[in-house]
Amino acid sequence: MATTSPPEKTAPPPPPPPPAVAEPPAPGDDAAAPRQSGVAEAVADQLRTTPAADAEAPSPGFAAGLGARAGALRPPGLFRSAGFRFAALFAALFAAASLVLVGALWLVTAGTLDRQTDMAIRSDALALVERFREGGTTGLVEAIEERLAVDVENDSIYLLVTADTDRRLAGNLNRWPVAWHPTENWFRTRVVHDGAETQARLYKVELPELRLLVGRDDTERQRLQQLLTEGALSTSGLAGSLAFFGAWLMRRAMQARMRPAFATAAAISAGDLSQRVPLSGRDDEFDRLAATMNTMLDRIETLMDGVRGVSDAIAHDLRTPIARARAKLEEALANAGRPSTPEGAALRRAVERGIADLDGIARIFRALLRIAEAEAGARRAAFAAFDLAPVLADAGEIYEAAAEARGLRLATDLPETLELSGDRDLLLQAVANLLDNAIKFTPPGGEVRLSAAVVETADGGAGIEVAVEDDGPGMASADRERAGQRFFRADEARATPGSGLGLALVQAVAGLHRGELVLEDANSDGAPRGLRAVLRLPLS
Amino acid sequence: MRILLVEDDAEVARFVKKGLQEAGHTVEHAVNGRDGLFLAASEQFDLMVLDRMLPGGVDGVRLVETLRAQGNRAPVIFLSALSAVDERVKGLKAGGDDYLTKPFAFAELLARVEALGRRPSVDAPSTKLKVADLELDLLSRTVSRAGKRIDVQPREFRLLEHLMRHAGQVVTRTMLLEKVWDYHFDPQTNVIDVHVSRLRQKVDRGFDVPLIHTIRNAGYMIRGEG
Repeated sequence: MATTSPPEKTAPPPPPPPPAVAEPPAPGDDAAAPRQSGVAEAVADQLRTTPAADAEAPSPGFAAGLGARAGALRPPGLFRSAGFRFAALFAALFAAASLVLVGALWLVTAGTLDRQTDMAIRSDALALVERFREGGTTGLVEAIEERLAVDVENDSIYLLVTADTDRRLAGNLNRWPVAWHPTENWFRTRVVHDGAETQARLYKVELPELRLLVGRDDTERQRLQQLLTEGALSTSGLAGSLAFFGAWLMRRAMQARMRPAFATAAAISAGDLSQRVPLSGRDDEFDRLAATMNTMLDRIETLMDGVRGVSDAIAHDLRTPIARARAKLEEALANAGRPSTPEGAALRRAVERGIADLDGIARIFRALLRIAEAEAGARRAAFAAFDLAPVLADAGEIYEAAAEARGLRLATDLPETLELSGDRDLLLQAVANLLDNAIKFTPPGGEVRLSAAVVETADGGAGIEVAVEDDGPGMASADRERAGQRFFRADEARATPGSGLGLALVQAVAGLHRGELVLEDANSDGAPRGLRAVLRLPLS
Repeated sequence: MRILLVEDDAEVARFVKKGLQEAGHTVEHAVNGRDGLFLAASEQFDLMVLDRMLPGGVDGVRLVETLRAQGNRAPVIFLSALSAVDERVKGLKAGGDDYLTKPFAFAELLARVEALGRRPSVDAPSTKLKVADLELDLLSRTVSRAGKRIDVQPREFRLLEHLMRHAGQVVTRTMLLEKVWDYHFDPQTNVIDVHVSRLRQKVDRGFDVPLIHTIRNAGYMIRGEG
């Protein structure tokens, strides 16, 4: 009875049933939590006001941000999968539980069997001792032989020997077992019984000049133990494979549930804030996570709209008065007529200077709004594929005349084509800013070099490198780090005209294209070390 | 030209209206989108100057969309405090022909108004442009003055072509950047001036009468006499 049931008890194996699958992940979900915060970080990156938050996020490597984003959509390896780890934990717990069950079963059944056997042996022995008292040795021998005759199951063991010579008087054992303890009455040993060697439970009774051994064949107990062991072994193999299958299923299920959230987060990092995580309607932990994410996104969108509203308002409320002031100055200039007196001429010049200053303010304004626009990343939605090479050639051509006018040479080294997906006007603006800087800081007689090439990025992908080199004084490394900040101007540059927004805009444009701006020395040895500004854009 | 101006800021509106009138145009002014739409729909205008953001429920973009839907093809210049590229694209998509951000120089607005208003409508595509004794052949892509061949770079050719197509009109630096180079960006330094002065060197050097004129605080103009 007990011999068959235990293996079956171990049979229901670890594959965690569906409700159990859904339950555990959320509370202690260690994989979803960092992933989640990763999403939040990506969104925060987009919102951060410091430039190039994108490019510098995980590692300084080229296009690292892009790699991280693409990686988020790829399912993790089997052993890194949270679903798999949960399932494995469940399998381990279940295995432990099964072991405890088999052990308990063994203790209970084997114990009962032992107790039954011991009781039978004890009462048998008592009866035999009684017979010995009544009928002496002869009576005892008779009683033993009677019992052996009626024992159809052939599991009783008796042996009566003389105490001094060990001569067998009766019983079905040939000789006194070797491994017996002189002091212990109960013992278990192997005996040759009925022509076969078996395990036996024995009880020794000392009688005057005689020794009596009463016992039972213990094979049953042995078989039970063997069955339990075999059952546990064979089912644990099955349970193991079922656990593995369950882990795989669970990993798949979790990935399927997480995928919409990843896709949404990726779309949002790409600048589309209108996306929301779809809900499954099951109202489980995943749905609650998705709902929380959506609430967060609503909040971010509200904030973004607020920011946009503020910049629109600034644009309108400040530009209109500037427009008014400019209009008045222009009017005054038109009404002033020809300057007849030196005072009139001076006034005219002052008014013209005022108009130029207002135009300067408007220009800073435009640059600031463009930086904000690029940093918000919203323009990624409007990215189009185009060839950067002619755009760079145009930039070179536009600035070549300006360079020549300053006594500089502008050399270009551009490939035939540079297919890219991005914002044409913003990229031209970025390169124009770099060229403008280079021309501004190179002394007459120097050279400015504009070059571009397709290169391999740090993570093995392809990228475009646009470099502008000059023969100017270069930039101190401390300044280089701050060069991308708005309104930063190196001390040496304060004498030259400029707003300190040029490189900030370049950096914002690089970030918008998931690339980066790197500033380095152009000449490693020469005294005029020059500056090499490299715009690195990943291709994807 | 008969011009409709829709602008809610009284100061700017007065300034623009006065300037346009002084340049010889008739100007009707509306202070909000609703009135502007009513005027545009009921009267005939050669050109419209619209503020992008207008009170009264109908903003500039809506106004143009409505007019275009009604088949009104009068050229439209947006005047806007919104400089975002998206806003510009939105304005042009809605049916606007040009987009100028505030604050603006009146000369810039006037140049654009004249350029749009006197757009060669369905002119027979001429193969030669002529200003005084300067000739530009669009087919052979050659330039000559007083019968003497002038060597120009392709970009200089396009620059000269644009100036000559708008002979007698002021062409501003931003207009040249937009039309000749086809970019919307802020060049910071006067890169266009250098290109024009190079062109001027080739076209005007050695001749008594200069053709390419710099218009103070505005831009450039090519014209034959005076």
